[in-house]
Amino acid sequence: MMLPYLWLIPALPFAGFLVLSVLGRRMGNGPAAAVGVGSVGLSALVAILVASSFINAPPPAHVYTQTLWRWISVGGFAPGVMLYLDSLSLIMVLVVTVVGFLIHLYSAEFMAADDGYSRFFAYMNLFVGSMLVLVLAGNLLFLYLGWEGVGLCSYLLIGFWYREPENGAAAIKAFVVTRVGDTALAIGLFLIFINLGTLDIQRMMNLAALHWRPGGALPTIAAALLLGGAIGKSAQLPLQTWLPDAMAGPTPVSALIHAATMVTAGVYLIARTNVLFTMAPAVQIAVAVIGAATLLVSGMSALVQHDIKRVLAYSTISQIGYMFVALGVGAWSAAIFHFMTHAFFKALLFLGAGAVIAGLGGEHDIFRMGGLRRQMPLAFWCFLAGACSLSALPLVTAGFYSKGLILSSAWEAGRAGFWLWAAAIAGALLTSIYTFRLVFIVFFGEAKAKISKKPGPRAAIPLVILAFLSVAGGFVNFPAFFGIKGSMFFSRFLASALPSATYAAPLPETDLLLEAVAAIVSLAGIYVAYFFFLSSPEYSREMAGTAIGKVLKRFWFEDWGFDWLYEKTLAAPYRWLARTNRNDAVDLFYSFIAKVNMFFHYGLSLSQTGKVRFYAAVIALGAVVTITIAVFAR
Amino acid sequence: MELLWLIIAPFAGGVIAWLIDRIDGGDRRGLPARWVSLLALVFDLALLAAIWAGRHAGTGVGKYGAWFLQLKAGWIPEIGASFHLAMDGLSFLLVFLTVFLGIVSVAVSWNEIKDRVGFFHFNLLWCLAGVIGVFLALDLFLFYFFWEMMLVPMYFLIAVWGHERRRYAAMKFFIFTQLGGLVMLMAILGLYFIHGAQTGVYTFDYFSLIGTRMSAAAAFWLMLGFFTAFAVKLPAVPVHSWLPDAHTEAPTAGSVILAGLLLKTGAYGLLRFLVPLFPAASASFAPVAMAIGVAGILYGAILAFGQTDLKKLIADTSISHMGFILIGVFAWNSLALQGVVMQIICHAISTGMLFILAGALQERIHTRDMGLMGRLWEKVPVMGGVGMVFALASLGLPGLGNFVAEFLILLGAFKANPAMSVLAALGLIVSTVYALRMMQHVFHGEERRGWSLPDLSAREKGVAAAMIILIVWLGLFPQPVIDAASPALQGLEAIAGSQVKIISVAGLGRMTAPPAQASFYRTASGPLKSGALKGDKNERR
Repeated sequence: MMLPYLWLIPALPFAGFLVLSVLGRRMGNGPAAAVGVGSVGLSALVAILVASSFINAPPPAHVYTQTLWRWISVGGFAPGVMLYLDSLSLIMVLVVTVVGFLIHLYSAEFMAADDGYSRFFAYMNLFVGSMLVLVLAGNLLFLYLGWEGVGLCSYLLIGFWYREPENGAAAIKAFVVTRVGDTALAIGLFLIFINLGTLDIQRMMNLAALHWRPGGALPTIAAALLLGGAIGKSAQLPLQTWLPDAMAGPTPVSALIHAATMVTAGVYLIARTNVLFTMAPAVQIAVAVIGAATLLVSGMSALVQHDIKRVLAYSTISQIGYMFVALGVGAWSAAIFHFMTHAFFKALLFLGAGAVIAGLGGEHDIFRMGGLRRQMPLAFWCFLAGACSLSALPLVTAGFYSKGLILSSAWEAGRAGFWLWAAAIAGALLTSIYTFRLVFIVFFGEAKAKISKKPGPRAAIPLVILAFLSVAGGFVNFPAFFGIKGSMFFSRFLASALPSATYAAPLPETDLLLEAVAAIVSLAGIYVAYFFFLSSPEYSREMAGTAIGKVLKRFWFEDWGFDWLYEKTLAAPYRWLARTNRNDAVDLFYSFIAKVNMFFHYGLSLSQTGKVRFYAAVIALGAVVTITIAVFAR
Repeated sequence: MELLWLIIAPFAGGVIAWLIDRIDGGDRRGLPARWVSLLALVFDLALLAAIWAGRHAGTGVGKYGAWFLQLKAGWIPEIGASFHLAMDGLSFLLVFLTVFLGIVSVAVSWNEIKDRVGFFHFNLLWCLAGVIGVFLALDLFLFYFFWEMMLVPMYFLIAVWGHERRRYAAMKFFIFTQLGGLVMLMAILGLYFIHGAQTGVYTFDYFSLIGTRMSAAAAFWLMLGFFTAFAVKLPAVPVHSWLPDAHTEAPTAGSVILAGLLLKTGAYGLLRFLVPLFPAASASFAPVAMAIGVAGILYGAILAFGQTDLKKLIADTSISHMGFILIGVFAWNSLALQGVVMQIICHAISTGMLFILAGALQERIHTRDMGLMGRLWEKVPVMGGVGMVFALASLGLPGLGNFVAEFLILLGAFKANPAMSVLAALGLIVSTVYALRMMQHVFHGEERRGWSLPDLSAREKGVAAAMIILIVWLGLFPQPVIDAASPALQGLEAIAGSQVKIISVAGLGRMTAPPAQASFYRTASGPLKSGALKGDKNERR
């Protein structure tokens, strides 16, 4: 029985962080990597053992909880430091530790030349620990600790190369924008505790179902506040602006935090508190609509970026949009399935991009790359596997199965279903186009630069493993119409933690048709990309040269003007106010009083002349005035 | 007698430190004075440990309610002033904090203060003694005595050992707090005479004055008198403007004591005196006070964001954090009150440490201008790491003590007044902005001057390590502090809550807290405990 060792999973990375932050500067690169990679590796190992124990000998009700200590206890408010393991958190833990370990291993090589080597692993370990707290927390306050912890690490790692002011600005932006969402989440916790008297997630949901009227004001406000937290963390409209800038961090950070794990925390939060969202239909529809809008908006933005990492960043925002659509239509396990496959292929794409960037000496611009297929075959094939999975290439990729499940779930979702499906299928077309635009421009065509460095074994192993997972990771959830034994295994495994989908699955025939459409769209997108970016690039240049093309390109490139809007309406006025009021307007009032006093002080001291004749004259004058008043004023 | 010793030790230590330095002639850079001061404070620490260990063994336990130690002696019987000290969990925590920060202050002055070392430590210790007195006094006359007593030494600390504009800052500090204190004195006298006229007993004793019957108008004005003094000290907007100057110009130890302790006497006054003495009046005043708190949180944060002077930035964040105290006190339920106690302690540690860092930087590069810093992480990574931890504490990161404090306050405030709580929660966003801007300007980004400076010394690292351990411990295991304060806070809630009941039973309609504010005391549960407190007025320990 491994379950009692559950606490070790988050504790090991935290221990690694402690060791590295105290002793790191005195360690060489070797020991620092050993601690940094080793702690997450051990954690992954424990997670796998716990998982096998959980599957082979399931605990009662498929739930295992472990209370480590009482955190706070004041007048009925008694959140504990409590871990909660069910099939949902188990999947999250496995993805976080395994993908986390692979990325750590990759980083050991990628960051080798950096002077902040041990600091990097300290932050990364802290991140993994916090992320594990987030997904294992049994109550919302402890979850909030992990939630803010991962936000902190995101800030620290985006700004890891602290010498560049732009990196610092990007890091601060990420922290502040997500904190806006976090504050909504915090207020949601206040509301939930004051009205239900607990922050324990399961008890909270039971009590809410018992005491709150579905569709009533309280569940709606509570769910909306949680959604606020989720869109901040998961970079959904309108709080998505921080994620593209977050690419300022080292590439493994983008892979781990800004693709595979942290940014999907919002998806996890909504899935975790699904009862609340089911009780607030208006909010749940909002989740789907936000997801659909985000996936389209970001998909278009991804189409015109030059920076390889920014393309992937917009793609991440867009893919999380798919997860939100799934959550919004109540297809909980579909969202988690797409989370998992996305973690594999997006981490792979980032790591592949990292190999390219490192090989070209830090080049990010895709138009200065090209023809890398021959020079970096390993990176190419791995990147291609990730790209196929992202584009949902039919049958052979994980992305096909997870995205297909979302598409067919959306189709069945009542009246809004068709429109959500239509948006998602349009998004699928965009996805294939921008993904293969990247593949064709970077790896095909003429070579524009020489590769100076190829990935060594510590970088290659994670690439290969992730490539395998990106292809085969979807086989755990074959759609039902295949009619084979073990279809929908993943969804059935999650059934003990998540309610079954709100809407019935489509008939096998319909499903087959929907999958076929998705497959055609995916292939069509690849062809479009081939046509415009490889075989006849002059057409794409021509299109971009037209008046509408120019405007759209600019608009999409600048992410639909969100940054501009926030700068003008929030950031600039706030800075202006702070700068103008630097000397504190309130203090003027007190200075004025002081000045008046000083005025009289100097005024009266002028009379102190030291001349006896002056004094005598004033005394006489005073006496005359006094007597006059005394005589006449009766 | 232990309580008296707690106050006498720093008093005597201060005098000895001054004398010994005069005799010594300052040849050994004031080492004897420093050691004497340290010794006096360590003595206090030992005394506190003994008090805490033996708190169940005392004869008065149980009978006194939440108090576990008291000392009552005649002082000026003619006017009914007595020398009445007492300690409950709340006082204990605050006195402990005082002694701890006192030791830290002596440690951080070790190299910084080279001039008139004896007199410096005299002022330092007398100020600490005054603060301890404030936290222990249960006679309003005595309380006022200590309240004023901590001012003068602090004035000298700023005016003699401060920075460029020290005279201006010291004067401003003195005038503001002195005026606030005078208003409180008038309110104390007003309460004294109303109580005397009613009962024929003229006394300044806390327990006797509790429950004094008076018209709603009288209660309101007297409450406002106390509020003025405490609001100036806290400080609350708009009487905050002495703070940035005083904190900025004070020497490091002065800033630590100002931010860590002197501000907290205002918070303590609100908890111990204002609400228990005038429960109905403060209940009706609560929305205004909470609005002032919210204004302070946001205004202080905007001020901090605009600063270029590092110490001034840190000082302005105090205005913001003290806004939470005001909200918590006037939410007056156990969640918020526990949050207030946590905030008092955690803010003292986090802001104190930030001031220590700013002082350490100024000692090395002789400027506080953030425009001249930048990329210091490269040069002083340990300092940068410590700065990061406390910047994060300042923005309320979970896992550090300040989060527990602010979360409890906001949670309690949400119960009392959701709108105010939501507005105050915006403080979480604006604090992020100023804290990260500070880190960016000081430690990250471009190198603006080619400073070369040493990292923290072993002594400074020791202080920093102690502070980090404390703030993390408070963030992850705050329960011991909560348990220590809990009986005392329940006692305060019971005192305030019972009076509202008594008044309403007496049918004095206008004095009752209006129904809208009835929830103000909803959590004040349990039987009336103040009766037991009143009964043992003449007990002596």
